[in-house]
Amino acid sequence: MATATIDAPTRRDFLFIATGAMGVVAAGSILWPLIDQMNPDASTLAAASTEVDIGNIAEGQIVTVKWRGKPVFIRHRTKKEITDSEAVPLSELRDPQTDQSRVQKPEWLVVIGICTHLGCVPIGHEGQYDGWFCPCHGSVYDTSGRIRQGPAPLNLAIPPYKFVSDTKLSIG
Amino acid sequence: MSGSSTYIPKSGLARWFESRLPIIGLIHSSFIVFPTPRNLNYWWTFGGILTFMLVAQIATGVVLVMHYTPEVTLAFASVEHIMRNVNYGWLIRYAHANGASMFFIAVYIHMLRGLYYGSYKAPREVLWIIGVIIYLLMMATGFMGYVLPWGQMSFWGATVITSLFSAIPFVGDTITTWLWGGFAVDNPTLNRFFSLHYLLPFMIAGVVVLHIWALHVPGSNNPAGLDVKTPKDTLPFHPYFTIKDGFGLACFLIFFSWFVFYVPNYLGHADNYIEANPMQTPAHIVPEWYYLPFYAILRSIPSKLGGVIAMFGAILVFAFLPWLDTSRVRSAAYRPVYRFFFWVFVACVLLLGYIGSRPPEGGAVLAGRLLTAYYFIYFLVILPLIGLFETPRELPASIADAVLGKQGAVSTEAVTH
Repeated sequence: MATATIDAPTRRDFLFIATGAMGVVAAGSILWPLIDQMNPDASTLAAASTEVDIGNIAEGQIVTVKWRGKPVFIRHRTKKEITDSEAVPLSELRDPQTDQSRVQKPEWLVVIGICTHLGCVPIGHEGQYDGWFCPCHGSVYDTSGRIRQGPAPLNLAIPPYKFVSDTKLSIG
Repeated sequence: MSGSSTYIPKSGLARWFESRLPIIGLIHSSFIVFPTPRNLNYWWTFGGILTFMLVAQIATGVVLVMHYTPEVTLAFASVEHIMRNVNYGWLIRYAHANGASMFFIAVYIHMLRGLYYGSYKAPREVLWIIGVIIYLLMMATGFMGYVLPWGQMSFWGATVITSLFSAIPFVGDTITTWLWGGFAVDNPTLNRFFSLHYLLPFMIAGVVVLHIWALHVPGSNNPAGLDVKTPKDTLPFHPYFTIKDGFGLACFLIFFSWFVFYVPNYLGHADNYIEANPMQTPAHIVPEWYYLPFYAILRSIPSKLGGVIAMFGAILVFAFLPWLDTSRVRSAAYRPVYRFFFWVFVACVLLLGYIGSRPPEGGAVLAGRLLTAYYFIYFLVILPLIGLFETPRELPASIADAVLGKQGAVSTEAVTH
């Protein structure tokens, strides 16, 4: 009879779904290389570390060095800058971090010089806290590189680094 | 592109061709005899001007690519090479760079005309949304083109705009790295922007075909905002509107030429004649003028994700306009309350543009926030409410009445005397 219902999955249903699934896998496996080719290539990923001689950075001075194509600020902080940074109560901070947790040696602050808002390079010794001021959208950072005013959500990031000697710093 | 063609091939060859590919008949019905409302004013010439600008940008762009090098150490110098050494290189590059600005001037006038005369209302919603898509593609194309000369504004503009995506929760940084092809804007970024800048105009051309197709289903809106009712309401597209569009285009080209030949750098930024330096952000970075209102909105929200959402929202809200405007009367000529708020909105956008060009400090921040608030209140509150409370003026019975009413009365009077 023509009215007989076919509710059990048929051989045809199985073939239809199996073929469709193989088609999706095939399309995905072709699509992925086309997407992934835009990710950083091997030459970009090749581990890069930068050694910096910090012996001739005077107190109060900020030096910018390039690491992985990005600027890194090395700030030789003055006594006042250190005490100011340490005295800030955590409740005043948008991204609460103590100054001690952001440095290995209090007189050396090492941060990635990229505003956490939209990636501009902030200008040193500017802004209300004499830390950094971002010219693009007005974010203000203190002398610990912590966000204090403006649209940026996070403190300036800290790159991996170590002191090779008293006058030599290795970033990366 | 709609209705049956009245084209009758004259020669045997034309008949043979038409029966195999009826493209001449399509052109004939779409651009020769196409019935067009007889009351269109010069604000309706900008569609044609935009088509011309797209072709001009593609033509100058293809030529520029014959001399440009998309590599970070060579790009800036190759642009100077075009300016100094290539025959007429200065002309082609200035025409292309200023052409982008002219393209945006024309598209903003075109959009405001649509807003004023209610061109987005039924049955033209799809036509309008396709227009919003073209606008988005234009913004992407313009942005990537500005990166190619690899000056300071190119580099930092690219950095700021691509960093917008880092605001996306969880996957933001992964997406930004993927867009860059590295950990900062660099050679891979320049290469892919070059590739896409060449591709997108052809995508725009494809979407423009859809735009015109969607236009030719209901036909053009008109200053009275009335539907075409009788053949008396219309005139054939050619010669009436080909001539009108041609004259509008000629005037626009005088304006365009003034920029190209007299003030070619007026709309640019001096900083972009300094080669890109990833270690130093210019003291004051601003995008090209045509993005300034949206840039002001981005900066007005004191939260990174919020600012990005507001900026994209300010553009996407246009796509919902056909449903946000609750009035069934199209033309602002018959909507006194809407007309008032429309001009306040225009002033708001112009002021936002001005705020976007200022450094983000002092009164500019507060003004930017108030204007941003008005921008969204206009779309989400004022527009829906006006349609409910406004009493529109009485509409003419037809398009012919709207334009011929007075003359008709005069001529009948003359006859009776």
